[in-house]
Amino acid sequence: MRDILAQPRSILSGRLRWVLIAIFVVIAPFAMKELELLTNFGLITQVNRALIFVALAQGLNIVVGLAGLLDLGYAAFFAIGAYTFGLLTWPSHDIEMSFFLAIWICALVAAVFGIIIGAPTLRLRGDYLAIVTLAFGEIIPALVRNLGDFTLTFRGRVLIEDYNLTNGSQGLTPLGRPNFTFLENLFGLDKGALNVGVNPTFWYFAIVITSMIVLFSAIRLNNSRLGRAWKAIREDETAADFMGVDPIRTKLAAFAIGASFSGLAGAVYASMLGAIFPELFKFQVSIFLLIIVVLSGRGSIWGVLIGGIIIATFDGVFLAQVLPDIFNGEVLPEYDVQSLRWVFFGIGLIVIMIFRPQGLFPPKSIETKIVPPVAESLEGVQNS
Amino acid sequence: MSIDNQVFIQNVIIGLTVGGYLALIALGYTMVYGIIELINFAHGDLFAFGFFISLTIFAEINPEIPLHGSDLYFTLPAVALLTMLLTGSLNLAIDQIAYKPLRKAPRLAPLLTAVGISFMLEAIYAIWKGPIQIPYPRYFPKEDYMENEHVISFFSKLGMDITEWRIVSFTTKDLFLFGVTIPLVALLTLFIDRTRIGKAMRASAQDREAAMMMGINVNRIIASTFFVGGALAGVAGMVWGLYINSGRFTMGFEAGLMAFTSAVLGGIGNIRGAVLGAFIIGMIKAMSDSYIGSEWTRVVIFGILILMLVFRPSGILGSTQSIEKL
Amino acid sequence: MSVILEAKGVSKAFGRLVAVDTLDYTIEDNSINSIIGPNGAGKTTFFNVVTGYYKPTTGKVVFNQRNISGSRPNQLTRIGIARTFQTIRLFNNLTARENVLIGMHHRLKSGVFGDIFRPPAVRREEAKAHEEAGQLLDYVGLKGYEEHAAKSLPYGHQRRLEIARALATQPQLLLLDEPTAGMNPNETQDMILFIRKLRDERNLSILLIEHDMKVVMTISDKVTVLDYGKKISEGQPAEVQKDERVIEAYLGRRALEMLKK
Repeated sequence: MRDILAQPRSILSGRLRWVLIAIFVVIAPFAMKELELLTNFGLITQVNRALIFVALAQGLNIVVGLAGLLDLGYAAFFAIGAYTFGLLTWPSHDIEMSFFLAIWICALVAAVFGIIIGAPTLRLRGDYLAIVTLAFGEIIPALVRNLGDFTLTFRGRVLIEDYNLTNGSQGLTPLGRPNFTFLENLFGLDKGALNVGVNPTFWYFAIVITSMIVLFSAIRLNNSRLGRAWKAIREDETAADFMGVDPIRTKLAAFAIGASFSGLAGAVYASMLGAIFPELFKFQVSIFLLIIVVLSGRGSIWGVLIGGIIIATFDGVFLAQVLPDIFNGEVLPEYDVQSLRWVFFGIGLIVIMIFRPQGLFPPKSIETKIVPPVAESLEGVQNS
Repeated sequence: MSIDNQVFIQNVIIGLTVGGYLALIALGYTMVYGIIELINFAHGDLFAFGFFISLTIFAEINPEIPLHGSDLYFTLPAVALLTMLLTGSLNLAIDQIAYKPLRKAPRLAPLLTAVGISFMLEAIYAIWKGPIQIPYPRYFPKEDYMENEHVISFFSKLGMDITEWRIVSFTTKDLFLFGVTIPLVALLTLFIDRTRIGKAMRASAQDREAAMMMGINVNRIIASTFFVGGALAGVAGMVWGLYINSGRFTMGFEAGLMAFTSAVLGGIGNIRGAVLGAFIIGMIKAMSDSYIGSEWTRVVIFGILILMLVFRPSGILGSTQSIEKL
Repeated sequence: MSVILEAKGVSKAFGRLVAVDTLDYTIEDNSINSIIGPNGAGKTTFFNVVTGYYKPTTGKVVFNQRNISGSRPNQLTRIGIARTFQTIRLFNNLTARENVLIGMHHRLKSGVFGDIFRPPAVRREEAKAHEEAGQLLDYVGLKGYEEHAAKSLPYGHQRRLEIARALATQPQLLLLDEPTAGMNPNETQDMILFIRKLRDERNLSILLIEHDMKVVMTISDKVTVLDYGKKISEGQPAEVQKDERVIEAYLGRRALEMLKK
C-alpha cells in the first residue's frame, strides 16, 4: 500500500496543482476575512503568526533535519533578527532604516551570529551541541532584558553609562513598517495613502512572500552540493570527513543559513507586531519550532511546510483562540486552556515518537526494493 | 570584621545551600545520562513535584507550625520518605511509559519526549495548584545560630566577637538543608560505589550491551536509576519548600537548568562531578547575585557553561580521553 | 617507480598502549601493498594515521613530498588519499548516486548562492557530476542501482558502492580496509581481479588490510607484517610466507618449533 502521508505531493500532480495552490493562497485572506465576522478574534493575524513560525521551522529544518545538528536554542536567532530590526528602526535610535533594506541586514546579522556561536562549538557532537545551543538560547533573551539600562565600568572608569540599547523588558515599540512613498509619488497619491500599519491582509501577503523566499532557498539547497554534504554529515560525519567534506565548514553553513532564515522571519515578525519583548523569544519558542520539525518529518521541506501550517495554526488559532472562545472562561478558567496547550503537544510528541518516529510527512522515500541487478559481478572484470 | 568580608561569608553560606539542593537534582540528571545518554529535561519538574506533593502531604497532616517535638523528629522524616517514594515512583512511571519504548530510537526522540513530559507536568501543576506563586508554610523552626548565646560564647573564647557580624546569619534551616543534602549525597555515592545495584549501574553505564551479556538485567537497572534519581529530586523539592517557603509551577525548569549545568560542568555521567559542579554553580550564583546583579546570573552561568563545553567538553572530572572506534 | 607515500618512524599511542610503534613504511607508485598481522597488531590504527584521523604521536607521514601528519581527513582526500572502511560506512539514507556525488564534493565549485540560484555554470557542473557518478557506478558494477538507498543494497553491492565513492574523490592512493571481509569465494575472486584492474586502469596505488591470505598472496606487490605495532617482516609475498618471525607471530613459538621438527 502506498503511504499517502509520506508523499503529500502525489495527491495532485502537474501544473494544475500549482494553479490550485496559487488560487487558494490568494483567496485565503479574503475568505478568512469573511470568517472573522463569525469569530471575535483576528483570524488572519493569528494565521500570519502561524505562517511566520512555518518560515522559522524551515530554517530549523536545515539545521536539524538536513544537517542533523541538535539545536535547542534556535529562538535566539529569531530574537537576533527581530531585535536587529528593532535597533535599526526604533525611532529613539535615530536610524529608522527602511523596512526593505533592514530585513536583509537582519538576515545577515543573524547569519553572522550563527557563525560566531557555531565556529567554536560545532566540533562538539550531538548532545554537547544541544547544550551549548540551549545555553545560547537562554543568554540572548537575558542579554536583551539587561541591555535596557546598561553601565559598563572598567577599572573605575565608566565606559558606557545608562545606555539603553534594547529598552529592557518593556520592549521596543514602535518599530518601522514598510512604506511605499515611491509608489505614492508615482501615482500621485497623498503621502501615507499606502501606509500598511497593522493591516492583516497586507501582512499576510508579506509573510507569504517571505515564506516563499525561504521555501525556494530550502528546496534548491536540498538538491545541491551543499545539501548533499549536509545529509552526508547527518548520516555519518566521520565518513563524510574521509570523503572530502569539511564537517566544520559544512555545519557552519547550515547554522548560518538556518539562522539567516530565522533572522529574516524575525525582522518581518517584528515589523508586523510593531513591538517586541524579550518574552517573545524564550525557550518554549525553540521547543515549539523543534516540535514542528520533528512532528512534520525531519529533513522533509514539504513535510515541514504542511506540518508546520497544521501545527502552528492548530496552536495559534485553535488552542489559543477558538478553545478559550468556546469555553469563554466558564467551563474552565482561561489559563487552564492556555496551559493545556503543552499537554496537547506533550502527548502529541510522545505518541508520534513512539508510533511514527520519522514524523508525519517524512522525506520522500527513495526506492528501496531491489530491482533485478543489471550486472551481477564487477562488470568487465571477467572479460579482461 | 569588615562589612565586605561579612557579605562574602554570607555569600559563601548561600552558595553552599544552593549547591546542596542543586547537587540532589544534578545527581538524577547525571545518573540517567550515564546510563541511557538521555538529557532528561523533565527531571527538574520532579523537583517541583517534590515541592507540591510534600506541601499536599503536610496540608493533610496539618501539623502545628513550626514543627516541634515528635512532629519534627518523626513526621518530618516520614513526609520526606513518602515524598521520595512518590517522586521516585512518578519518575519510574514516566520512564516506563514514555522513554522505554524509545530506547532504540534516534537520540532526538527521547529528548523531545522528555521536553514534552516537562511541559505536561508544568501544565498539570498549574492546573493543580494554580499558575501563581505558592506559599509553603514555615514548618521548619528558624533560629539564627549567630544570635545563640552558646555559639557567641564559643566564638568569644576563640577571641572573636560574632555579635558584630550583623550581616552573617546561619540558621537552623541552613543546618537542616546541609543535614539532609550532605548525608544523602554521601549515601548515594556509597550506594553507587559499594552495592551490587550500584556496581551494576556503573557497568551498564560503561557498556550497556556488555552488561546485558554479563547477566545484568539492564532494564531493571535503568528503572532503579530513574527511581533513585526521582527520589533525590523529590526530597530536594521538599527541602526547597521548607527552606525558601515558596515556589511555582515553573520552578522545576529553572532549577533543572541550573542542576543540569552543574552536571555538565562536573562532567556529565560522573557522580562526584555532579556534586562538585552543583557547589561550584551554587557559589557562582551566590556571588553573581551579590556582586554583579541577579539579572546577570543567568548570563554568567550559561556563559561559563559554554566556555566549559568549548574548552573542556568532558567537564571538570570527566576523562578527556575518548578513543572513537572506526 | 617513485615513492608516493612514506611513513618515517610513525608511532601512535593511546595512553600507555602503543598501537603503532616507530613504523617506517613506503608505498611505491602504481603498486598493491598489503598489511597483515594478528588482531590488534595496529593495522587499522596505521590506516587512521595515514588518512588523517589520528595525528601520529611521533614521526611523520609524507605524501608526494608533502608532510601530511596532522592534516584532517578531508584535507587528505583533497590531495589524493581515499579509503573504505572495515565495517561499511555508507550514507545509508542517500541513494547510491548521491553517495558517489559526496565523493566528488571537493571537486565541485558551487557555493551557497550558486546552489540557490543555479546559474548555467552550476547546472552544467551538476549535470556532469551526475553523469560521472553514473559512470563510476557502472564501473563497479552497480548500473541500475543509481537511485536505490544505500542501506537497501545487498552487502556485496555496498562494498562496491564504498569503492565507487572512494574512487569519486579521484585518489592516487586508495586504502581498502578488509575489502573481501564477509564475501564468498566467487565474490572474493571478483574483488581480486577488480583491485588489480584499479591499479592497472586507474593508475592507483593501493594499500590494503586483509585477513584472507589467499587474497594477500595473490595480488600483493609487497606484503608487510605487523605485530604489536611493529613491523616484523616485509617483502614480496613468497619471501614473507617463509619468514619464521611471521609464522611465530601468527601461530606462536611452539608451533614454529613443531614445524621445524
